[in-house]
Amino acid sequence: MAQRSMQMGMHTEKLSGKTQQRFFSPTEEENFLYPDGYDVDFNKRAEFDAGPLSPQEINLKLRELMGQGNGTIVMHNPGAKHSVAVGLLQRLNLHIKGSLGYFGCGLIDGPNISISGRVGWSCAENMLSGRVVIEKNAGSTFGAAIRGGDLVCKGDVGARVGIDQKGGTILIGGRAGAFCGFMMQRGRMIILGDAGKNLGDSMYDGTIYVGGKIAGLGVDAVEGEMTDLEVQWLERKLKMYGLEAPNGVKNLTKIVAGKQLWNYDNLEPTEKKIVL
Amino acid sequence: MCGIAGLIHRRKTGDVGTEMTSMLKSLKHRGPDSTGFALYGQPKGNELVLRFKVAEQDEMLKGFDIRREVKERRAEVDKRLQELGAKIVKEEEATEYAFRYRIAFDGDRRKLADYIEDVEGAEILSLGLGLELIKDLGDAERVSNQYHLSGFIGTHGIGHTRMATESDVDIRSAHPYWAYPFADVSVVHNGQLTNYWKGRRALEHRGHRFMSNCDSELIAVYLADKMQQGAKLDEAMKDSIHELDGVFTYIVATADSLGMAKDVMAAKPMVLYESDDFIALASEEVAIRSVFPHEIDTWDPYEGEVRVWKAEGRA
Repeated sequence: MAQRSMQMGMHTEKLSGKTQQRFFSPTEEENFLYPDGYDVDFNKRAEFDAGPLSPQEINLKLRELMGQGNGTIVMHNPGAKHSVAVGLLQRLNLHIKGSLGYFGCGLIDGPNISISGRVGWSCAENMLSGRVVIEKNAGSTFGAAIRGGDLVCKGDVGARVGIDQKGGTILIGGRAGAFCGFMMQRGRMIILGDAGKNLGDSMYDGTIYVGGKIAGLGVDAVEGEMTDLEVQWLERKLKMYGLEAPNGVKNLTKIVAGKQLWNYDNLEPTEKKIVL
Repeated sequence: MCGIAGLIHRRKTGDVGTEMTSMLKSLKHRGPDSTGFALYGQPKGNELVLRFKVAEQDEMLKGFDIRREVKERRAEVDKRLQELGAKIVKEEEATEYAFRYRIAFDGDRRKLADYIEDVEGAEILSLGLGLELIKDLGDAERVSNQYHLSGFIGTHGIGHTRMATESDVDIRSAHPYWAYPFADVSVVHNGQLTNYWKGRRALEHRGHRFMSNCDSELIAVYLADKMQQGAKLDEAMKDSIHELDGVFTYIVATADSLGMAKDVMAAKPMVLYESDDFIALASEEVAIRSVFPHEIDTWDPYEGEVRVWKAEGRA
């Protein structure tokens, strides 16, 4: 898997020494199981009204319904409350009818979440795996530090999308604000509309694709060449979510790390002392 | 952290007192230290509304013989108003230490403001044809009840819930700030200005006065200075994006307009709802939902963005 992702140009660094190179494998069943997980049936469905509930009560309600074996849950009237649907560490189909406030769907590992409205700042922060699809717009720091899974916003998003992204795919149907992909380390970000200034600033690795205009690249972010494998992968990924690149996938602009910053010096600090 | 909010009815008037109270109640978790409202009612001819205080809330609890002092300070304000030719049409005691006067006055407003604020403990919260600025310690519900804001009919308003980080917990450090000496201009702000002292000194040299050590006051005075030099509101706001340093999102209101500006880093939040009849904006969508519980489309303004909306139905 590592070799294949390198062939696709998704990352180029070769980790060595104490750092272990580990990749998420969706075929490994243990990736989806936590010791306190619920045994749910996806054909068993429950609905509830989140309108009168506090964020804590909403999250407890989700756990209560999962505890009853419901694998498909429909939440109505979330009312843009904060920290809703967080810490879901298993497979679950969750349909949210409405909008979420800040920190929605954070720290999740495995669920498949659809949101009919908008999300506030820091949606799906630290997501490990699963899928979150938002039909409308999203606030800033969308998908901060995600490690895996697909995070999709069909509308516009604010600034600092995928800051510190460590894996997974972030897909934006509209435009995005400034500083997207800041200190990105791995994974893919696809912005089909315009991107704000300082795109990919100080990115270590990973790939950003942009369909519209780029207001400006950040430090050490450079244009890369698209490979055939990437084109195929992008076409498949966009099709999955019913999205299209404005001028076709082949005309997306690819941004990668230039790797000219100090931290790409081959010498470790102790080695440097010896040499110097 | 602080929470800011604003709304404007573009074609009619509404109960902006109740609406702003609901929005600010929803933002209580962003700052419970103090709450402030700048509400814009319908002007009554050329009569000015003067909101002022002659003591801090804290002084009323601790100050020795403070009630006698408050009485004397208020009497001095009345005397000075009379001296400058201002006729008090109606006077109301909002609290023991804060007052609302309707005055008939067509002289120099800056001179009037300076002369009144020269009275010990006196601070003009607002002076304008439609603007009424109310701020005090406590959350939105408390301040709104204390000053009877429910049922305040107007076209627009802005508000603030404060988490004190840069200055004291008192009324003078609470938002909104009136853009002295401009009638009907007020500002609320979420963020930190890093060139506050530099900017303050420059504006003081130009004759402006600062009542607090709160960095947010700089925005109000800065905009007032720009407009004094002939800039339009949106021009002054666009300049502020480059001349104010730090992270900020602020909302400004004038007699007939509502505006917002976001710094180039977009570091402070703002959610916006815009329709033909109504604009609402706040640090968090949950505040907008308090006046629009049904599904609406909202979005975040972008870095460096400046927007201004007008109340077209204003008399």
